[in-house]
Order: sequence, then C-alpha cells, then structure tokens
Amino acid sequence: MTRTLTHLERLEAESIHIMREVVAEAEKPVMLYSVGKDSAVMLHLARKAFYPAPPPFPLLHVDTTWKFQAMYALRDKAARDAGMELLVHRNPEAEARGINPFDHGSLHTDMWKTEGLKQALDQYGFDAAFGGARRDEEKARAKERIFSFRTASHGWDPKNQRPELWNLYNARKAPRSRNGGESIRVFPLSNWTELDIWQYIQLENIEIVPLYFAAPRPTVERDGMIVMVDDERFPLEGEEPVERSIRFRTLGCYPLTGAVESTASTLSEIIQEMLLTTTSERQGRAIDRDAGGSSMEKKKQEGYF
Amino acid sequence: MADHSITDRPTSEQAYRPDALAGEDIDAYLTRHQHKTMLRFITCGSVDDGKSTLIGRLLYDSKMIFEDQLASLESDSKRIGTQGQELDYALLVDGLAAEREQGITIDVAYRFFSTDRRKFIVADCPGHEQYTRNMVTGASTAELAVILVDARKGVLVQTRRHSFLCHRLGIRRIVLAVNKMDLVDYDQATYDAIVADYARFAAEIGIESFTAMPISGFKGDNIAGPSEHMPWYAGPSLIEHLETVELDAADAQGKPFRMPVQWVNRPDLDFRGFAGLVAGGTIKPGAALRVLPSGKTTTLDRIVTFSGDQGEAVAGQSVTLTFADEIDCSRGDVIVAAEDPPQVSDQFEATLVWMDDDPMLVGRAYWLKLGTQTVSASVQEPKYEINVNTMAHLAAKTLTLNSIGVAEVHTEKPIVFEPHADNRTLGGFVLIDKLTNRTVAGGMLHFALRRAQNVHWQPTDITRQDHASLKNQAPRVLWFTGLSGSGKSTIANEVEKLLAVMNRHTFLLDGDNIRHGLNKDLGFTDADRIENIRRVGEVARLMADAGLIVLTAFISPFRAERQMVRDMLPAGEFVEIFVDTPLEVAEQRDVKGLYKKAREGKLKNFTGIDSPYEAPENPDIVVNTVAMTPGEAAEYIIRQIMPLK
Repeated sequence: MTRTLTHLERLEAESIHIMREVVAEAEKPVMLYSVGKDSAVMLHLARKAFYPAPPPFPLLHVDTTWKFQAMYALRDKAARDAGMELLVHRNPEAEARGINPFDHGSLHTDMWKTEGLKQALDQYGFDAAFGGARRDEEKARAKERIFSFRTASHGWDPKNQRPELWNLYNARKAPRSRNGGESIRVFPLSNWTELDIWQYIQLENIEIVPLYFAAPRPTVERDGMIVMVDDERFPLEGEEPVERSIRFRTLGCYPLTGAVESTASTLSEIIQEMLLTTTSERQGRAIDRDAGGSSMEKKKQEGYF
Repeated sequence: MADHSITDRPTSEQAYRPDALAGEDIDAYLTRHQHKTMLRFITCGSVDDGKSTLIGRLLYDSKMIFEDQLASLESDSKRIGTQGQELDYALLVDGLAAEREQGITIDVAYRFFSTDRRKFIVADCPGHEQYTRNMVTGASTAELAVILVDARKGVLVQTRRHSFLCHRLGIRRIVLAVNKMDLVDYDQATYDAIVADYARFAAEIGIESFTAMPISGFKGDNIAGPSEHMPWYAGPSLIEHLETVELDAADAQGKPFRMPVQWVNRPDLDFRGFAGLVAGGTIKPGAALRVLPSGKTTTLDRIVTFSGDQGEAVAGQSVTLTFADEIDCSRGDVIVAAEDPPQVSDQFEATLVWMDDDPMLVGRAYWLKLGTQTVSASVQEPKYEINVNTMAHLAAKTLTLNSIGVAEVHTEKPIVFEPHADNRTLGGFVLIDKLTNRTVAGGMLHFALRRAQNVHWQPTDITRQDHASLKNQAPRVLWFTGLSGSGKSTIANEVEKLLAVMNRHTFLLDGDNIRHGLNKDLGFTDADRIENIRRVGEVARLMADAGLIVLTAFISPFRAERQMVRDMLPAGEFVEIFVDTPLEVAEQRDVKGLYKKAREGKLKNFTGIDSPYEAPENPDIVVNTVAMTPGEAAEYIIRQIMPLK
C-alpha cells in the first residue's frame, strides 16, 4: 500500500532535511528570525527537525527599532516557547545617527538591515545563517540556490553559483580568518509559495502576529499606501489618523509596510482573500521598488538577505 | 511508441483555475488543496524553442502572475521584449540582470504553480551548451522533463543533448512538446514527422517511452485544455498530463528500506535518535535493521516526530528513529532493511558531469559527497568522454567544463551505495575541490568494480604502535617541499645524518631516486605529478606504519596533493617543511642544469618556469636557504621536531 505524501508533507520533509544538513556540517549556525509568517513557519519546522531536542542554534533578530510593537511581543514569546536563545542586534551606528525611514529613505534599510546583518554575523562568527526567503517572492530569489555561498564580505555572485544537485548541499568554505570568513545563507523555504505557507500555518496551528488578521487600526495614507500609526514616533503632517479595518500581507518596519483594507479575520478568510487578490505580496514593501527591475539582485550582491 | 492514451481526464478549464471554488466555499477548497500531491519537472529546449514563454503562460493561466507584475511585464515587453507589441513572458522568468540584458536564460530558475490536484515546481533551464551544468542542476531534482521542440525546426542537436542528459540523470518521464504549432498552421503531418524522428532517436539512447503533444505556448493551444485548432489530436493537454502522470514516490516506497543518517539527536542520556530523510522503502517499529558500513543489526524501536510517534515511515519523510539496542551509528552511516542491504565498496564506475572551469585532474583527491557520506576520492583517466550532441564515445585524458564522461572513481574509505538507476540518493554524488571548496562535478554510480569486492584489508597482530615502541620513537613524515634546486635533498640529508647520530630509525625518499624505480613510468604532466606524490605518500605511510621517521624530498608543487598525504596519516605525523628559496636564487644555483634547459624550451612542464608551484599557506616549518646554510637549516628543523616521542 502506497501512502502518497501531500505537497505540504514533501515540502516539510525537504525543509527539515536542509536544516539537519546545516547543523551537521556548519560550525556555528544561526536562524535569522524576522517575526513574520515565513519566520514563524521556519521556526516551527526547526522545532520539528530536532525534536525532542530544542533547535541547536540561536535565533537572531536584526532589529531596526521600527518594527510593529506586536512583532516585538511575539518575538520574545516564540523564542521562549521554542527553548532557544534570542539574539537581538541593532546597528550601533544607525542607532547613534538616529536613522529612520521618514528622514533617510533607502539608507534606512541599508544601514539597519543590510549593514546590521553583516555586523551581527561577523560579530558572533556565524558561518551559516538560515533565512525564510522563498523563490516565489522575487525574480532574483527564483534563481538562488538553497545553500547560497557568500564571500567574506557577504557578497553574492549570481553568475558563479555552486551547482546544487539532488539534495546534496555543499556547505564547505575557507576556514575563518581574522578578517571574518566566507559563509552560507541557507533558505529552507525556497520551494514554498505564499499559499503553501498559509495552508501550513492553518494545518499546524502556528502562532502568527495578529497584524495579519484584519482589525480596526489607526492609519494614514502616504504616497498611495495605507500606513499604520503604530507609535508616537510617527510624524503626522497635520493629518488625523483614520481608523480603518486593515491587515498586512507582509510585515517589516511599520512606516514602510503598506496595509490592505480587509475584513479577513480568520486564516480561511485570509487565504481566500489571497487567492482572489490581484497584486503580489511584496507590492506592499517599498524596498523592492527603488532601483528598477533588478533591485533585489543588487541588494543581495551587497549582502542583503 | 508515443503514448497518447487518455486517463481520467478532468474538465480542463475548471480544473486549471485555482480560484474557481475559492471564491465560493473556501473551507471546501482548502480541504481539497491540503490533499494535493507535488510534481517537480524541468523544461528544456534550445534557445528559441519558447521555454520561458511556456512557463510564463503556465503561470499566467494559473493566475500566479499578479496585476503589478503584469504591469511591469507590459512595460518591459515594449522596452526590451522580443515579441513585438505582445507580452514577452520570458521576461517574467529571466530574473537576473545579465539574462534580461542578453535575452537568454543563464541559470536555472524555479517557478511554482498549482492546480486543484497538484502543486508544480518547474525548473526552467538554460539551453546553451555552455550552461549544461545549470541544466544538470535543474534536472537532478526533476521527476519529469518537458522537452520543447520548435515545430518549424524539428529535432535539433540541442533536443538530443537535453534528452540524453535528462535520461542519464534518471528522469523516466519525458514529454515531447512540439511547440509553436501556430506557426506551421497546426499541420498534423509536420507534427507526426517530428514525433517519428524523435522516436528513432529516443530508442537509440535507451529512452523507453515518452508522451508527445502538439502545443503553442504563445497562443495557449493544448496547454490547459484541448485546442480547437488541432481536432486531429486526441491526447491530453500539457496540464492534464502533468496533473495525472504517476509520481516517482509510489515507486520508491516499494523498494527496500534505506535512510542515510544526517544527525544523531542526543538531548539527554536517555534519548538517542537518528535523524534522516527516508530514501527508499517503508518501515514500522519492530522491523529488523542493519547499520552500514559496520553491518551491525538491531530492531526499530520508535519513529519519533514532533507530533507524536508514528506507526510507519515511508520514502520521502524526514523522521527520527530509535533502536532497541545500543549500537554504534553516526552521520554518514546508512540504516537499511536487515535482510536486503545495499552494497559497500570503494571502487566504482560512474558517469561524471564536469562543472568547474578548472579541468578534472586524474588522481587528485577531491571530496566526494554521497547522501550524508563525505570521503576523499579520486578519478582515474576517463574510459571515454561522451559527445553530448552525437552520443559518440571519444577518447579523453581528462574532463573539462560541461563535458560528460565515464570513469573509475576510487574512494579512500568504502561507502554504502546503490546504482543511481535504482536509487538517486545512494547513487548520485558530487565532487568538491578540497582547496577552493567549489562543487566541481556531479556523478552517477553505475556499479562497484569486482576487484574492490574481492580485496579485503588484512588485520595484523603487531600494530603500528608496537613497531614504533620497539624503535623507541614516534613515527613522522618530514615532507620537504620547494622549487627544484631549493636545497630539499641537501637539507633532508643533513637532517637524516643528525637523526642517525641520535639513534633514530629513519629513511630518506628522494624525488630523483624514486623516479628511477617505483615511478619510472611517470612523466611531468599535472596528472603524472599527482600520481607521483600519491605513490610516495603511500610508501611513506607504510614506512611510518613500520615506525620509521621518513624524510621525503619532492618538489610536490600542488597544495592539494600535500594535503592528500597529510590526510593519509594520523594527526600530527605529517610535518610540512617549506624550503623557501626564491626562484632567482634556485635558478642561479641550477645544480643540475635544468633551469637552463627549461629556459631554452628543451624541458617542458618545469616547475617555476612553465608549470606552477603552489607555496604552502601554513607550513609546519619554514627554512630560508638564503639566510641559513644547509647545516643550520637542519639543526633548526631538529629543534622544531623534537622530542619525537
């Protein structure tokens, strides 16, 4: 009797296999944890991969100080529930210079996220870092290997990627030197789509940030984007925040994350809305739009996840 | 030969639209979608066969393209598209800047779409011969291949190459999609001729069956449903076929149980579980198991998962197993059905696809990774290279980027394996360069060589420890490396004299002397230099096993081979001594007159002149022969290596 595995069972098995390979072959792995739904799924899979042991690596949150308050709350709880150490890194230079999304545009992402990430990886000496990126998100990601090799300066060379055959992953790299070292970014969710993620969250009953569900929230409109006024740092330009029933398809820094007007308050309703929607997930993110057709490829070459 | 049977045909338009039901009854929709299966397939074809257009069409028709993406596609199509004013779907999938600029696919891209029945992962692979390695990457994880042929051009050299590669990589389901039928007025005779032509070729290379269909990716004919333009075609549309074709998984579960151990889970003293992805078969608690290569047997106790113990584990699942007995088992071991184990060997015949800019070096030690086993391995001179366009077998001394050949592979330790045709996990491997860490080749094991099965290691009662104790010393291999004329032999000779005075048992292996006897069949090509060092390394190892302090004086120009010898010996026994003499100084000395000959072109492949010398990066000892006399250098070395106990 054949037991046919469903697509979610096969995706789960693949992700778990990837995580175990990293733990077996890397010296000091870490899991990048951004508190979003993909991170939630990735963390859940890690707990499954190493059960009954807790995942044998820490979680790292590269913080920008501008995430939604609800994200900070879930972050600390999720790490506790998983029995894992949580490391939080904030770029000290960005902190000192008060870099923020209102005054500094793309420098905000660059300094807090790209530079912050590189600093954290160098500081702790991590040689492998899990990220929750999926290939269906963006064109450059569709081309990236599951084990993505990075130079000592964290650069990605899209034209010279290591061949990746079967499920044999090459995690080898030069030994670390004083100037840092080569590393591997690993994407266990490479083959998941947005729909897979939502279905899995529903099936496995995974806790996610409440902001994914519609609720009345204070908002203003900026450049055609509905933005939530999440704290008092939001510089209002004479306008009065309007209460709208909104939710988020993707979560980042709250001033940079566009909300959608919605009444979807259950997972089923969210999935239904997603299936009937006509715009892609990352459209709500300002980060992808500032450099033409291949902005993500460029950011990745510079060390962005 | 072409299979045109129709099985379980759904009403295509409805089955293909993922949102048809979603808008009405989302819970019923979700229940259905939780029971979807998954198919990974590859699309390949030559440069203009319309691969990317087909995938763009599949994504577009299954609503995987959103409005914002469509808007940017429209503007991109007008700006840099190749389809006039129409949408250029290729721009959706060619994601790298270099690809969009050049209008070609360079690297494999993974795309996703889904119907009510299945989720699909498409590997979109480049057609150019220079990107064969990328195509092989995409093919390695695919269960089915869609081979695209332009109806105007028929079966081309590229069609043959792609079909051959897919077949060699173990893809057993081939779809011949005769594309651009709209450009030949949907003519049946054209289609039939192409199918007949392909059938002849398929039979030649051993493809047992394939499914042919006439399509137009651009216009959408026979993609989601039947085409009104081709009433003469009664077979399934592409989507219908992809939705109903049988999956490899069913087959894998019927095979004997195999699970390579990835990681040992030991959270506390009471639990010891073995984590891995089941590569074949089905298993239940109580089953008799064997751990290879040790061969120890035990019984399966539990199948542990986060959601509770499972009563069964099948091929394709990631699980953690516990045993009834405490037996040794660690990463690299393979847990198998006790009564039906795979083979263990250290010499194989294999097909290799070379993927690195640096050519294969015969005899060089590479890392071989197969399943979770990583061992040192070398490749012999290829039996033949395969011309991927004509399938002709060619004589070859080596393999270069994108070339494919058949060769013997020798591993330093025996590994657990199955022929690739039987089990992709236990028969597929990669080779990794030990210095650059690049993945340089992919390989598929055919079978073990008989002589490996009949040669067994003979254990002896007097151990290497006993040999060393009798001589009252610790064995060492003092490996002198440096340019010709740097002073290796002279200094090694001085060191040996000092050791003799100290009552140490030594032996000096000198490069020139060895080449008069043991290695007189070898020349000075890179491959011969590697074999030279391999043999010297083996001799040095035997002498160290006998308890001797071995001194070797060889140019040994490559880091990889010096590392190979280091890896042969117990940690700490290999001492790399870099005799550091600048080329100008060595050339000035020119004791044997060799530099003069090399400069005059009378001596080829001379190290330092027209063959490279890779200086040690972290030598154990460096002696500078400009600053020190040979006697001083010898005394310095002695001080470094004492006390030798």
